[in-house]
Amino acid sequence: MSKIHIPTPLRQYVDKQSTVEVKCSTVGEAMSALVAKHPDLRRHLYTEEGKLRAFVNLYVNDEDIRYLQKEATAVKEGDNISIVPSIAGGAENALSPCHPERSEGSWFLLVVPD
Amino acid sequence: MFLAALGMTVISDSQRPDIRFADPTILEISTEDFMAAITEIPVTLSKDEILRYSRHLIMPEVGMEGQRKLKAARVLCIGTGGLGSPLALYLAAAGVGTLGLVDFDVVDYTNLQRQIIHSTADVGRKKLDSAADKLTAINPFLNLQKFDLRLSSENALELFRDFDIIADGTDNFPTRYLVNDACVLTGKPNVYGSIFRFEGQASVFATKDGPCYRCLYPEPPPPGLVPSCAEGGVLGILPGLVGVMQATEVIKLILGAGEPLIGRLLLIDALGMKFRELKLRKNPDCPVCGTHPTVTKLIDYNEFCGIRGEEKPVGAGLPEIQVEELKRRLDAKEDLFVLDVREPHEYQICNIGGHLIPLNDLPNRIHELDSSREIVVHCKMGGRSAKAVAFLQQSGFAKVHNLAGGITAWSERVDPSVPKY
Repeated sequence: MSKIHIPTPLRQYVDKQSTVEVKCSTVGEAMSALVAKHPDLRRHLYTEEGKLRAFVNLYVNDEDIRYLQKEATAVKEGDNISIVPSIAGGAENALSPCHPERSEGSWFLLVVPD
Repeated sequence: MFLAALGMTVISDSQRPDIRFADPTILEISTEDFMAAITEIPVTLSKDEILRYSRHLIMPEVGMEGQRKLKAARVLCIGTGGLGSPLALYLAAAGVGTLGLVDFDVVDYTNLQRQIIHSTADVGRKKLDSAADKLTAINPFLNLQKFDLRLSSENALELFRDFDIIADGTDNFPTRYLVNDACVLTGKPNVYGSIFRFEGQASVFATKDGPCYRCLYPEPPPPGLVPSCAEGGVLGILPGLVGVMQATEVIKLILGAGEPLIGRLLLIDALGMKFRELKLRKNPDCPVCGTHPTVTKLIDYNEFCGIRGEEKPVGAGLPEIQVEELKRRLDAKEDLFVLDVREPHEYQICNIGGHLIPLNDLPNRIHELDSSREIVVHCKMGGRSAKAVAFLQQSGFAKVHNLAGGITAWSERVDPSVPKY
C-alpha cells in the first residue's frame, strides 16, 4: 500500500481524511484508485480532458513526478504520494480579488453544477 | 560571498542568457552596487546599537560583520497582513537597516485575530501607519520606507530595484505571479510564504540557479474556476509560524549563513504539526526563468489569472430581493422558503432560520426543495447564493431570488443583533 497525502482544501472530498491508502504500482494507478474511491475529487484535480490541473503538483516522496516519469512513475510499497496545490493566502486584499466575498485563502474550486 | 554565490544581481556567466538581464533598463543596480549595499559599505554600529544587538554580536555566526550586513540590507515586505506582521516585526527587531512596506489596506476587526502588528486601537487606520508605529517603536534605528500603493505591473520593477530581497506576504494569485516575475526580472530573491486554513508553504524563489514560483506552478487556477468563500479562513497562529520562517530565510540570505530554502518547498501542517520538505527544480521550460523565456516583461496578472477588470458581479441579472423586503414579507407571513447555502459552522455563528443546504451539497439535495414555492436564497454576502440561484434556475426553479448582501446586510439593515463575521 502507498499513502496519498491530501491537502486541507481537498479533504472534504475524501471524508476529511488527511491521507488515503491505495494499492498501486505507478502514480497514475494511485490517482485513478483515489478518484475511483472518491469521485468528487476528480474535477478538482483533472481537467475535462483528463489532464492534471496546472496548479496541482504530484510528488513521490520528495520528488516532483514531472522530473521523473510523470504519471508512469513507479511507486513502491510504503512510498508517500503528495498532492500539492498552489495556495495564495497570507494577507488580505493586497490586490483586490473579483470576488464579492473577501475570503483570505484563495483556493479555487469548481462551482458544483455540472 | 554568499550573496554573490546566489548571484542575485551578478551578471550571468553561464552559457545561456539569463532573462533577468535581458532588459537593459533593469541593470541599474550593478554587481558592485549590490555587494556594496550589503557587505562593503562601511556601515558602522553605534554604542547603542552594539548594546541592542549584543545577543547577535556574541554569536560568531552573526558577529559584527553579520550585524553590519543586516544594517546595510534593504528588504521589501509586500503586505503587512498575516505574514507581513511577524515578518516585519522580527526583521526590524533583528536590525535590518532598511525595511520597505507595501500596503494600501486599512485595519479592520477581522484582521486582529492574526495580524499582530496591528492593535484594536488601529482599526480604521492605514495598515502602513499602524505598522510603522510598531516597527519604529521596536527599533528607532530602522530606516522605514512606506509605499501606500497597490503593487502592479507598472510599479513593481521600479520598486524592487531599490531593495535586495523581496518578502512576499500577499494573499492572491495575481500578486504572487507578479512578485515572482518581477523578482526574476530584477534578479532579487523572492522569500515566499503562503497559507491556507491549517497549511502553509515556504520557499526561496528566483535566486540565480534556483527555481522560481513558476517552475513550481507554471499557471494559476484557470478561468472558470472560482474561489469558494466557504473554504476561506485561516488559523490565526499559522501566518505567525510561516511569517517567522520567511523572516528566518531573509536573515539567512543576508548573513550568508546556513542552508536557505532554495530548491526546497517546506510544507507546514499545523494540525498534525508535521513539516515535510519537497525538492524543487529549476524548470528549463519555465516561461520566466527557463532557457527560452516567453515572459520578458511584466504582464497583466489579473488577466493571466482569469480575472477580468470590469467583470460583472456574480449576481448580475439574477432576481434579487433586498433584506428590508424579505423582512416585510416574512412579517406578513407570506409563503416564502428561506434557503441558506452557507456551511454548517457558519450557520452556528448566526442564522435567520433558513433551511441549510451548503452550496456544494445542493445538487445532491435539490429534492429537499419544492419548486412550486417561492424561494429566497442567502449566504454570507450574496456570492454563493447567486451561484445557487443560477443553479436552481437551470434546474427548473422559476421562483428563486438572491438575497442581496446576504446575512451581513440583514445584520446591518434589519437586525443588528445578528453578529457579523
